[in-house]
Amino acid sequence: MQNSLNIEEIKTILKKYKPEKAYLIKALHDLQNASLNNSLPYEILDEVCKYFNLTKAQVLGVVTYYSMFSIKPRSKYVIRLCKSPVCFVKGTLNILEYLKQKHNILPNSKNNELFALEFTECLGLCNEAPAMQINEKPFTNLNESKIDEIINFYKSNLP
Amino acid sequence: MKSEYPLIVSKNISRINPLSLDDYIKNGGIEALKKALKQTPEHIVSEITKSKLRGRGGAGFPTGLKQSFTKNSCSDCEKYIICNADEGEPGTFKDKYLMENDPFTVLEGIIISAYAINAKKGFIYIRGEYDKSIKTVENAVNQFYNYKFLGSNILNSNFSFDLEIFLGAGSYLCGEELTLIESIEGKRGYPRIKPPFPAEKGLWNKPTLVNNVETFANIPYIILNGSEKYLSIGTHESKGTKLFCVSGNVNKPGVYELPFGITLREIIFNICQGMKDGFSFKGALIGGAAGTFIDETMLDCPLAYETLKEKDATLGSGAIIIIDDKINLKNLLSNILEFFKHESCGKCVPCRIGTTLIYEKSKNKNINEDDLLWILKQTEYMAKTSLCPLGQSPILPVKSIIKYFSKEIVSYEQKN
Repeated sequence: MQNSLNIEEIKTILKKYKPEKAYLIKALHDLQNASLNNSLPYEILDEVCKYFNLTKAQVLGVVTYYSMFSIKPRSKYVIRLCKSPVCFVKGTLNILEYLKQKHNILPNSKNNELFALEFTECLGLCNEAPAMQINEKPFTNLNESKIDEIINFYKSNLP
Repeated sequence: MKSEYPLIVSKNISRINPLSLDDYIKNGGIEALKKALKQTPEHIVSEITKSKLRGRGGAGFPTGLKQSFTKNSCSDCEKYIICNADEGEPGTFKDKYLMENDPFTVLEGIIISAYAINAKKGFIYIRGEYDKSIKTVENAVNQFYNYKFLGSNILNSNFSFDLEIFLGAGSYLCGEELTLIESIEGKRGYPRIKPPFPAEKGLWNKPTLVNNVETFANIPYIILNGSEKYLSIGTHESKGTKLFCVSGNVNKPGVYELPFGITLREIIFNICQGMKDGFSFKGALIGGAAGTFIDETMLDCPLAYETLKEKDATLGSGAIIIIDDKINLKNLLSNILEFFKHESCGKCVPCRIGTTLIYEKSKNKNINEDDLLWILKQTEYMAKTSLCPLGQSPILPVKSIIKYFSKEIVSYEQKN
């Protein structure tokens, strides 16, 4: 996997925000989205500390608290499978099993360069459960054939 | 949506293009803001108070009272207003529905409220996962600035107000108002001790009004039509309408705006057109994970704050998760307890350890009545000793699932 953003790129993104704490989380989102591996490694966080005049502990505290941020590199596409009660009773576990068996996509594993699998709490798609997101895009009314379709689409549309 | 019921917050939905402010204005939008700016802030607060509008985020606190606390906590100091759009309660998708289909009414409500309490700056805190909501609201905010409904001297009045969008990053707890404030301040989402409440010391320790998206969406209607008209809708203590989020195996799940006092029977068997083939109704989980279970004996109970409270149930955020005969309730309970365990921030010991212990217990293959009572006992300790609603909430689903379905949960053991 390629390295993350270079210093200049990081600084350009940071400059979009006023160096006030209220913009920290927004800037972290922006940096993570721009990074090539969906993560906020230490090279990025060091620059964030300098820019916002915060300690490493403060910034790391924030990054590790919120589940959408990751310090470790992640695959290109982060699948967030909803496991809140509605999706759960509508078959999230079957979808999980199918992703594992058929597509070799496992939670928290590094075995898949393209897809990372995480769980998320309610995505607000309960009327079309079970649901998941891939990066920011939602997918609903999931079943096995729909999963095949989605995964194959992402596999065949590599930039 | 059935048109036989009065619509307040969703009246524009599917009638306007959510990306077009022109459309909104053509359909009577911004008239409330124009009217409000000609009135005194005091008059607006008194009108909202008279309307008996209650917060739609779950707690149901009177909005007018919250406004006047914030307004009166200091006469001339800086104040903030925050729209809580960190919708995360499982089974709830009404704020998303409003933001994606008519963000303008929400914004108009925020600006009127800001004028009423004299706040110069506001934030909308939207869940990071709600990409479409974020984009729709961003577009609406930009258009509001272009039309000078936001910024300096709004509609050529003396009132100036700026609004910014803040993105959450995956934390259920940040839906709690003081935790949300911590998050905007660029910190971990840990709850603060209250009091002081946000009305006294909120964002950057300044008086802050935090209201839910749906609450704000009620404001323009009340200002435009007056509190009298608003009071004519709903029940004795619950005025106006509520967005109900129906999910589960009914024929037409979705978001429905309905007056308070409607029954679950009407919602399920008429509005949602009954249960899907092959599924029969057994009960519902109302208000989300931090809500209460009910069974078919409650089908005819009017859905309102006071009527549900009488029966030890809550309306919460308006989530109605339908429980059918195919659902394994033991697994569902375990799923809910796992949710609390995952979302506990770890600040209070009873919540951190309690949520883990009760989840572990619920996972046991063999669970008997004593185990259920043990879980209930732990949730009672947690409710008494936790700082924020997260640790105080597991008692709600646990106590109610035991009340209605304990025999059934225990019977899975015998089948195994």
